[in-house]
Amino acid sequence: MEETSVQPAHVHAPPEGFIRKHVFSLDHKVIGKQYYGLALVAVFMGMTLSWLMRFHLVWPTAKVPGLDLLSPAGAPGGIITPEYYLSLLTMHGTLMVFFVLTNAPFAGFGNYFLPIQIGAEDMAFPRFNMMSFWATLAAFLVLVLAFFIPDGPPISGWTAYAPLSAVGKDAGPGLGWGQSLWAISIAVFCIGQLLGSLNFIATTLDLRAKGMTFMRMPICTWAWFITSCIALLAFAVLLPACLLLLLDRMAGTSFFIPSGLVVSDRLQNHAGGSPLLWQHLFWFFGHPEVYIAILPAVGIVSHVLITSMRKPMLSAKVLIYSMLSIGFLSWMVWGHHMFVSGMNPFSSLLFSFPTLTITIPATIITLIWLGSLYGANIQITSASLFALGFVSMFVSGGVSGFFLAQPSIDIYLHATYFVVGHFHMVMGVAAIFGILSGTYFWFPKMSGRMMNETLGKLHFWITFVGTYCIFMPFHYLGIVGNIRRYSSFVNDFMAPLMPLHKFVSIAAFVTGAAQFIFLYNLIHSRFRGKPAPDNPWNATSLEWSIPSPPPWDNFGGKHPVIYHDPYQYGVKGSKGDFVMQDSPEQLASG
Amino acid sequence: MATTTYSPTDSQPRLVGRDRGSRSGIWVGIFAITMSFAAFTSALYVRQGSGDWAHIVLPGIMYANTVILLISSLTMEMSRRTIASSWRSGVRERGGAWPWLAATLVLGLAFVSGQYLAWRHLAAQGLYLATNSNSSFFYVFTAMHALHLLGGIAALIYLMGRCAGSHGTVRPILFHNTAVYWHFMGVLWLYLLLVICTRL
Amino acid sequence: MGKLFAIILTIIALASAYPIVVHKYVQPVDISTHGHAIDEQLSDTMAEAGFAFLGAQLLLAFFVWKFSNRKDGSKVTHLPGGAKLMVATAFILVGTEVLALGVLGQKAWADVYFTPPKPDALQVQAQAGQFAFYFRYPGADGKFAPLHPDKIDEGNGNYFGLDPANDVDARDDIVTGELAIPINREIHLLMHAKDVGHSFYVRELRIQQDFVPGLDLSLHFTATQPGRYEIVCTQLCGLGHYNMKAYLNVLSQEDFDKWLKEKATEQ
Repeated sequence: MEETSVQPAHVHAPPEGFIRKHVFSLDHKVIGKQYYGLALVAVFMGMTLSWLMRFHLVWPTAKVPGLDLLSPAGAPGGIITPEYYLSLLTMHGTLMVFFVLTNAPFAGFGNYFLPIQIGAEDMAFPRFNMMSFWATLAAFLVLVLAFFIPDGPPISGWTAYAPLSAVGKDAGPGLGWGQSLWAISIAVFCIGQLLGSLNFIATTLDLRAKGMTFMRMPICTWAWFITSCIALLAFAVLLPACLLLLLDRMAGTSFFIPSGLVVSDRLQNHAGGSPLLWQHLFWFFGHPEVYIAILPAVGIVSHVLITSMRKPMLSAKVLIYSMLSIGFLSWMVWGHHMFVSGMNPFSSLLFSFPTLTITIPATIITLIWLGSLYGANIQITSASLFALGFVSMFVSGGVSGFFLAQPSIDIYLHATYFVVGHFHMVMGVAAIFGILSGTYFWFPKMSGRMMNETLGKLHFWITFVGTYCIFMPFHYLGIVGNIRRYSSFVNDFMAPLMPLHKFVSIAAFVTGAAQFIFLYNLIHSRFRGKPAPDNPWNATSLEWSIPSPPPWDNFGGKHPVIYHDPYQYGVKGSKGDFVMQDSPEQLASG
Repeated sequence: MATTTYSPTDSQPRLVGRDRGSRSGIWVGIFAITMSFAAFTSALYVRQGSGDWAHIVLPGIMYANTVILLISSLTMEMSRRTIASSWRSGVRERGGAWPWLAATLVLGLAFVSGQYLAWRHLAAQGLYLATNSNSSFFYVFTAMHALHLLGGIAALIYLMGRCAGSHGTVRPILFHNTAVYWHFMGVLWLYLLLVICTRL
Repeated sequence: MGKLFAIILTIIALASAYPIVVHKYVQPVDISTHGHAIDEQLSDTMAEAGFAFLGAQLLLAFFVWKFSNRKDGSKVTHLPGGAKLMVATAFILVGTEVLALGVLGQKAWADVYFTPPKPDALQVQAQAGQFAFYFRYPGADGKFAPLHPDKIDEGNGNYFGLDPANDVDARDDIVTGELAIPINREIHLLMHAKDVGHSFYVRELRIQQDFVPGLDLSLHFTATQPGRYEIVCTQLCGLGHYNMKAYLNVLSQEDFDKWLKEKATEQ
C-alpha cells in the first residue's frame, strides 16, 4: 500500500542538438514559430498571386516577365490565360484560408502562448504537436507541387464545387492531377489540424496551473480554446469530404456526380451522385472555418487592447460568452452560402435566421470594445494601432454581412464582388490585422528583441488606408452587378467600371509593397533589434512574467500560482497601474 | 520519467507530468472520429434517395466478425483491469496483462481479416467500390472503421512490447486509454452495422 | 498619433459612405414584377448598415481621439452603464434589425420561390453547358421531348441531345441561342445542366439560380420592360466562365410570335 512520492516530471526532456532544438522540436514555442514561418511564406505567395490576378484584370494582354517559365501552358509569352487566372484564384484562396488564416493566429500564436498563458510547461501531447506541424508542412508542399505539374493547379476555386472538381480532366485544365493534389493536400492538412486541436483542448482542460480557473484565463486563451473545439469538429467533416472527392476522381465512385453528364463531348460514366452533397459537406466545414479564422484575432486584439488601454474590458466574461455563442451559432448557418444553390428554398429561410442572429454576439463584442475605449488611456504603438484597425475592419466587414444574410438580397448580390468585398474585409484584412497586432505585441517575448516602432507605424498607415482602398470599392462593384471569378471583363456592361478596377489594382500593389516593410522589420529586428525586457508593455498575463525569450520549459521548473484574473489594470479608485496574474498583490483601493 | 501517485482509495490515478491531458485527450480524439463518421452517415442519408439504390445482402461473416470484436473488447478490458488491480495492490506487475493483450490482438486481426473476406464475398457478387451508391458506402464505412481499428492494433502492439520488456513499468493510463479507444471501435462498429443493415 | 488615427478613420468612413449616399453605384434598372421588393429590402438594409457603419467608425474615431496617450495624469475610468448597457444596446439594435429585415424580407423571397408558376406561363427550357446557354421552346405541341445525353452533337447543332427520329415530340422543339420572351407574360424557365454547375443570372430581372447537374430546377419571372439584357453565368464552371453569356430579349407579344415562327423554320 505504498504511495510513490511524486516528483512532477517534465513533459519532455530538454532539447539537445540543432535538429531537436530547431527542426524536429517537441517544444510548443518552436512549433508555434514554425507554423508562423509557414504562414509567412504562404501569405507572401498568396499576395503575389493576388497581384498577378489584379494585374491581369486591368491589363489582360500585358506580359508578366518570367511567368512563361513557371507555366508555359498557363502563361504563354507571359500573358495569363483564362484558365491560369482561375488557377491563381484557386491557389490564392486555398493558401490564404488554410495556410495563413488557420495557421498564424491559431496554430502559430496559439501554440506559442496558450501553454504559457495557462501556466503549463508545454502542450499535453508534444509529439502529436510536432506531427501536426509536419503534416501541415507536407500539405503545403503537396499543394505547391500543383504549380509545377504540366497541367497546372486546379481551376475550381478554393471551394472546389463538384462536379467540376470531381469529373477529372475532361472538365478543363488543372482538373486532372492538379485537383487531386489539392484534395490530398487538404486532407493531410485536416489531419494536422485535428492533431493540433486535440492538443489545444486537452491542454486547456487538464494542464492549467494552480489557481488558473477557466474564468481567469486570458481572452485570447479562451479564443484559442473555442477555436480548437470548432476546428476539431469542422476538420473532422472536411476530411471525409475530401476522401469522397478523391474516390470519385480516382476510384470511379459517384458520391457527387449524377448520371448523364456530357463533359467535353464525353458522356461520363457515373450515376447517383449529388453535387449539392459536396456543397453541404464543404460549407458545414466552411462556415465554422471562417470563425476559426476570425476568433483568434478577436482574442488577440482584445488582449492587446486591454494592455494598450491600461484598463480591463467592461466585461471579459461577456466577451467570452459572446465568443462561445458565435462558436455555437456557427454550426447552424452554413446554408447561407447556398441560398441560390438549388436547395430547398424553405431551408434558405431557416439558415437566414441564425445568420442574422450571429450579428448579436458580434455586435456585443464590438460594443464592449468601443465602450471599453471610453475613459481609457490608449498607448499608441504598432500593436495597438493594428488592434484599433481591426475594430474598424471588423465593423466594415461585418456590416456587409447584413446584406448577404438575407436570401432575397442574396438573389441579387450572390456571386458578385460584394461577396468578395465582404469576406476580404473580414478575413483578408481584419484577421490579418489581428495577426499583425499579435506580432508586434509578442515579438519581444518570442525573440528577446524589440521591433522598430517607426517602421511598424508606417506599415500600419499604408496598410490601413490601402486595404480600405482595395476592398471598399468591391462593394460598389457588387451593387452594380460585377460578377466574381471572371478572368476578364469583356463586355460593354463592365467597361465603365474599369477605372475603379484600375484604382483597386494600384492600391493592391502599393499596399502589398508595404508588407515588405514589415518583413524587413521582422527579419532585421530578429537580429539587430534593441534587447527586450521581460515585460516591455507592462502587461499582466503570465507570458510577461517569464524571460524574453522564454526558457525551454517556460517557467524554469517553477509552477506558477494564479491569484486573480489576467487583467488587473488600475481603474479609477485603485492605486497602482497593474498587477501581474501570478502575484498575490492586490490593486489597493484608494 | 513520469510517475503516478496512486493511493488505494483513488478510483482513478492522479496523473502527472506527461500523462496529464491524456485522459481527456482520448475522449477528444473519439469525439473527432465520431464527427467524421457522422459526416459519412449524412452523406449516406443524402444519397439514399438516388435512383440506383439497390439493397445489399450482408455477408454472414460480418455477424461473426461482430462477435469477435465484442469478445476482443472483453479481453482488452481484462488486460486493463489486470494492470489496474496490480497497481492498486502496489505491485508493478506487467506480465499478467500480456496474454489478454495478445488475445485482443489476435481477435482484432481476425476481425480485420474477416472484413476482408466479407469484401471478397461482395466482389464475387459483382459489388465493388464503384458499382453503385450502396456498395460505395459499404466499402467506405467498413474500410474507414478497419483503418481506425488498425490504429488501435498498433497501440496494442506497442503495449505488448512494453509489457514484454525486461525493465520499466507500464502506467495504467496507457491501458485505460487503449481500452477506451478499443471499446469505442466496438461501439462504432455496432452503429455502422446498424446503418448498413437498415439503410444499405 | 491617436488623433491622426481618428482623423484618417473619419475620412475613410465618410469617403466610403459618400458614393452610396450620392447613388454613384446603383443596380441596373429593375424590369421584373418581383424586383421592387428586393430593391426596397436592399435600400432598407443599406440605410441600417450605413447607420451602423458610420456610427461605429465615428465613435471609434472619437474615442481614440479623446482617450489615447493622455498626458493629463487622470485615471482610466469605466463607461457608466458598463457591459450591461452594451449588451442591452446590442440586443435592442440588432434584435430589431434581425426581426425587421428577416421577417420583412421573407415576402421578397416568397415571391420568387414560394409561389408556383401560373398555369398559362410560357415554358422555356434553358440548358447550361461549358460555355454557352441554349434555350428550347416546346413548339406547337406544347411538349418538351426527352433529352438523350448520348445524342448530343454540338457540331450539328444538336445541343440538347434530341432524337426527332424516334421522339415525335422532338420534331417541333425549337432550339435557340438567345432567350426571347414576350413582355408582361410569366415565363417558367426549366433549368438543365449538361456537364457541371452553372448559374442563371439576369441583373435587371433580379433573378439568380444555380443549374445543378442531376436536379430539375426551375424559375419563374415576368419582364415588364422591353430590351436586351445579359444572362451571365455566375457559378465557376471552367476556363470559359468569364465569357459564358447569352441575351434575354424582351419583345412585344407580336414580335415574339414572329421571332418564334422564324426560329421554327430554322430548325
